[in-house]
Amino acid sequence: MSSIQVDRVIDARGMACPGPLMSLIGAIREGEVGEVIEVTSGDEGSKTDIPAWVAKAGHDLVAVIAEDSYSRFIIRKAR
Amino acid sequence: MEERDALSLVLFSGTDDKLAAAAILVVGAAAMDRKVDIMLQYWALDAFRKEGIHKPRGASPEAGIEGWEVLQRSIEELGTPHWSDVLRQARDIGDVRIHACSQSLDIFKLSKEDLDPMVDDVQGVAAFWAEANGQVLFI
Repeated sequence: MSSIQVDRVIDARGMACPGPLMSLIGAIREGEVGEVIEVTSGDEGSKTDIPAWVAKAGHDLVAVIAEDSYSRFIIRKAR
Repeated sequence: MEERDALSLVLFSGTDDKLAAAAILVVGAAAMDRKVDIMLQYWALDAFRKEGIHKPRGASPEAGIEGWEVLQRSIEELGTPHWSDVLRQARDIGDVRIHACSQSLDIFKLSKEDLDPMVDDVQGVAAFWAEANGQVLFI
């Protein structure tokens, strides 16, 4: 895990569904190809929403790391 | 490129809970690259008046006063955006078009100019069905 260089972290904890996904979409649009974005979310919906969107939009889901009360989603902008 | 799955929603109810639930479905569909057409009828159309789109419009009868209070509290606690702002977000990220039902405009004696600018155009029902080739939801 230590090899992943995260370029930008978005703290979406406390946001309700689909807030975290919307924050990620915004960051992906602003970012450059190859950029790695981490979104932290405590929303249950994010666990299904973020992987589904990342696959549909054609980016890479690098890792999903479960913490005590939230999850960290690490995504690389692929196009 | 694969054909985009289309989704058509007829929004009839004008209460904040149903509009908020519909807006969430729309923003999710837009995120998943589905083309969305929304037809506004009756009370939902009335809720899109340019003046006062953020005005509280209550909840469905099943919510009761207690349910309405739960909703209000959740908006404060979670900072949930208003349904109109969620729809704006959906239009920003995807292919979402909002149509005003011509007959409902007549009922309320409204014209497109009286509606929020996010409403794209006025449509008759035949035109709506001509485009509604996929799933249709009535809310």
